Amino acid sequence: MYEGIVQELIDEFGRLPGIGPKSAQRIAFHIVQTETFDVAHLAELLTIVRDKVHFCVICGNVAEQETCSICRDPRRDLSLICVVEEAKDVVAIERTREFRGRYHVLGGAISPIDGIGPDDLRIRQLMQRLADDTVTEVIIATDPNLEGEATATYLSRLLSPLGMRITRLASGLPVGGDLEYADEVTLGRAFEGRTVVK
Amino acid sequence: MPLYRDEAVVLRTHKLGEADRILTLLTRQHGKVRAVAKGVRRTASKFGARLEPFMVADIQFYEGRSLDIVTQAESLGSYGAQIVGDYDAYTSANAMVETADRLTESEASLQQYLLLVGALRSLSRREHVPNQTLDSYLLRALSLAGWAPSFYDCARCQAEGPHTHAVVQLGGVVCDNCAPPGAPRLDAETIDHLAALLTGSWDVVEASSPSATSRASGVVAAYTQWHLERGLKSLSHVSREEGRR
Repeated sequence: MYEGIVQELIDEFGRLPGIGPKSAQRIAFHIVQTETFDVAHLAELLTIVRDKVHFCVICGNVAEQETCSICRDPRRDLSLICVVEEAKDVVAIERTREFRGRYHVLGGAISPIDGIGPDDLRIRQLMQRLADDTVTEVIIATDPNLEGEATATYLSRLLSPLGMRITRLASGLPVGGDLEYADEVTLGRAFEGRTVVK
Repeated sequence: MPLYRDEAVVLRTHKLGEADRILTLLTRQHGKVRAVAKGVRRTASKFGARLEPFMVADIQFYEGRSLDIVTQAESLGSYGAQIVGDYDAYTSANAMVETADRLTESEASLQQYLLLVGALRSLSRREHVPNQTLDSYLLRALSLAGWAPSFYDCARCQAEGPHTHAVVQLGGVVCDNCAPPGAPRLDAETIDHLAALLTGSWDVVEASSPSATSRASGVVAAYTQWHLERGLKSLSHVSREEGRR
């Protein structure tokens, strides 16, 4: 235990996700000991981010205005919606430069064991966005893990009666991996989704 | 060597750091084990889908101070992929693993392990309606844990049945003398359905009417929640649409 405010700072950092007591102590001492570290700028950013950053009212992505830059962009294809779990997944897909439609961030995946059901996600908002005939394809890009797959199953069951095209991101062997280390589920998926060599 | 190997079913996972996960596993010989799977969230992880919930795997552990570390894993039963394709089966499987998590400790319980693996296998093969598989699993898992219900003789004084008062707090059906004032009564079909779920008489279970099935599910849920003291989070999310059809 350190005295007063130093311990308070360590405790505060320790509350952040992924920061254990040792990491919290290291960050706190970096701030205390490094004279060149601009503490005022960090404090200012933390205050601004709380005030300015919201979630887009259309897609749920992080935004500095009422809507995010992707939803405001008129060059985006309005007929495509890509459904993702978290805002960070939008960034990952944007990095590919393959997708020109818009997104819908669910805010997680269905996980009954953690008490998260369909009503806890932004599924109702997705259904509202699909109410008119503008969207012709919904791409389900939830994580390729059990919760993500279950969410995809639930969404496909819910969206099928609406008549639009519902697709799921392909899954299979990772680039740069060895075939012998692939597990049965992944290898099975790769076989299911095999393509003709042109 | 602080290494050991065991068969295990993955009950649940928690994210840890950048790319790791803490796994809660029910093993065949070592009871419930918590272990870290390093790098498992990376797409090129050597573990792949082998350490997802509902998977049964042959795992090698390195004994750690607080948590063990998974060093190798080979699939023995890939039930997750089939279960997740059916939302009703997925919600039922969640309730099963949460129950197993709550009923087991670090002492080995081979019967609980085999019961859970059997139930997950049955769900993945669509042998029965998912929520009936769940109800049967819950009654049997509680029985193995020492809370076997009685659906024929009086659960309190063992007076020969059949009886119609159902009191989950007393352990099943009770006779008129033991029934507290205002104790609800169940019809014979529902009680037969409950007894069939406990013994695995699937021909009786599948011949039951939807109303008896629904009432029995309510009794099983109440019985489970009573004995586990804290409510099961996943039970309120169990989808019973197929059962209603």
